Amino acid sequence: MMDERQRKYAKRNLVNKVAIALSMSAMAFGLVWLIWILWETIILGVGGLTLSTFTQMTPAPNDDGGLANAIYGSFVMVGLATVIGTPIGIMAGIYLAEYSPHSRLSNVTRFVNEILLSAPSIVIGLFVYTLVVARFNTFSGWAGVMALALIVIPVVIRTSENMLLLVPAGLREAAYALGTPKWKVIMSITLKAARSGVVTGILLAVARISGETAPLLFTALNNQFWASSLSGPVASLPVTIFKFAMSPYQNWQQLAWAGVFLITMAVLGLNILARVLTRQKH
Amino acid sequence: MQVASPNSSKIAVKDLNFYYGKFHALKNINLDIPENQVTAFIGPSGCGKSTLLRTFNRMFELYPEQRAEGSIMLDGENLLTSKQDVALIRAKVGMVFQKPTPFPMSIFDNIAFGVKLFENLSRTDMEERVEWALRKAALWGEVKDKLQQSGSGLSGGQQQRLCIARGIAIKPEVLLLDEPCSALDPISTAKVEELIIELKADYTVVIVTHNMQQAARCSDFTAYMYLGDLVEFGPTEQMFFKPQRKETEDYITGRFG
Repeated sequence: MMDERQRKYAKRNLVNKVAIALSMSAMAFGLVWLIWILWETIILGVGGLTLSTFTQMTPAPNDDGGLANAIYGSFVMVGLATVIGTPIGIMAGIYLAEYSPHSRLSNVTRFVNEILLSAPSIVIGLFVYTLVVARFNTFSGWAGVMALALIVIPVVIRTSENMLLLVPAGLREAAYALGTPKWKVIMSITLKAARSGVVTGILLAVARISGETAPLLFTALNNQFWASSLSGPVASLPVTIFKFAMSPYQNWQQLAWAGVFLITMAVLGLNILARVLTRQKH
Repeated sequence: MQVASPNSSKIAVKDLNFYYGKFHALKNINLDIPENQVTAFIGPSGCGKSTLLRTFNRMFELYPEQRAEGSIMLDGENLLTSKQDVALIRAKVGMVFQKPTPFPMSIFDNIAFGVKLFENLSRTDMEERVEWALRKAALWGEVKDKLQQSGSGLSGGQQQRLCIARGIAIKPEVLLLDEPCSALDPISTAKVEELIIELKADYTVVIVTHNMQQAARCSDFTAYMYLGDLVEFGPTEQMFFKPQRKETEDYITGRFG
């Protein structure tokens, strides 16, 4: 009897060690690539980074220049797409989670949203191209904003709905029991309780569109100069990186790495910001 | 069966039937809840005591598949068919739940939240009201120095007293307690029970409990329910010492089932 137990225990112990070893090596495998990418980005990116990266326009081949127009374009288009996409996404998420979780409209919305969520971004770029660019006969920053917003919306809908559904029913009932009207229950109680998750979803969406290239290729295209309005082509970091990195010119490749570094740092910064902002006070 | 009670009744339930979809959960309930007394609902799990409690503030309406038929008169008006906004009914009939549910905000705001829904108080009046409610709920001494801290940082017993304070801060007339002590330790339970007895001076209290000693200790009237029927209702002393029906006696003495 005792021997049997000992043998079983020894076997279990061995299985445990093997499983831990396997998962550790899987983690190491994943981390190696990640660290390698970060390392390359920092080494090559920091090298190309100077003050003129932020102050000068994208240059001609073998000329001095920077990324100022691309940084500005990315900043404006990502910002506007977030400002447009977030409220739509949150409100749709509230509808799905709080108002009508099981109706036919909700189920259809959820299904369509899933498709939109997994649609390749190039499809969205092409869609906006036919809808806006082809009709107005010009590539434009607005078309880029629209394409990016279309990527933000499904991400925010899905995370908002899921986060709201995680709020315990007891909290809702307690709020209703005080005679709280529904809109106030949602605004002051459930949305507040789900806040950190919802904010995380928004930042995930921002991080995702900061690096999107395909939807901008067909919409905002690119611009060698400072874009004073969004009605014409606008430069962006991802499209500039795409163009410069593929080129044979040394200075363009250098700037492409600087751009990669900037995007990586921006996304990293956003993630840190998300953690700080959502550190639960209550 | 109808049992007359000596006090004037605050809530009069007449021919109440309740359904969860097709399931008939309450069968022809007739009951008068006396004013400024503590009434306890006891009975085994699934007997419908919480369901009955949740009809008094129309909580069940949050779930479309649940419905009630019959009448529940509160101060002479039928709650179930009332044209009154349900928010106003709930301001009159407060409720505290089994699990403590502090809102994701500070202790002060937890209390002020409900008050702000119905009253515009100045800052000092609001501070007074919050202190009053916390004192009533026997929590003031423990939290007076940390009103701006999160409500969820309190212990389970404190959280439950916070929820009671939140309920009484809006000055309801009736307070419904749905197993308020089932998640609390004996010391917190004792505090809440003392509180319940104090509260009946100003409120009509209805408490659902699984704990028969609790019903015996702090209620004036007791209703025994079984499988959706109200088996017996009467003064607590009579229910515990000489119940009229054998089923009640069996349950109370533990010879149940």
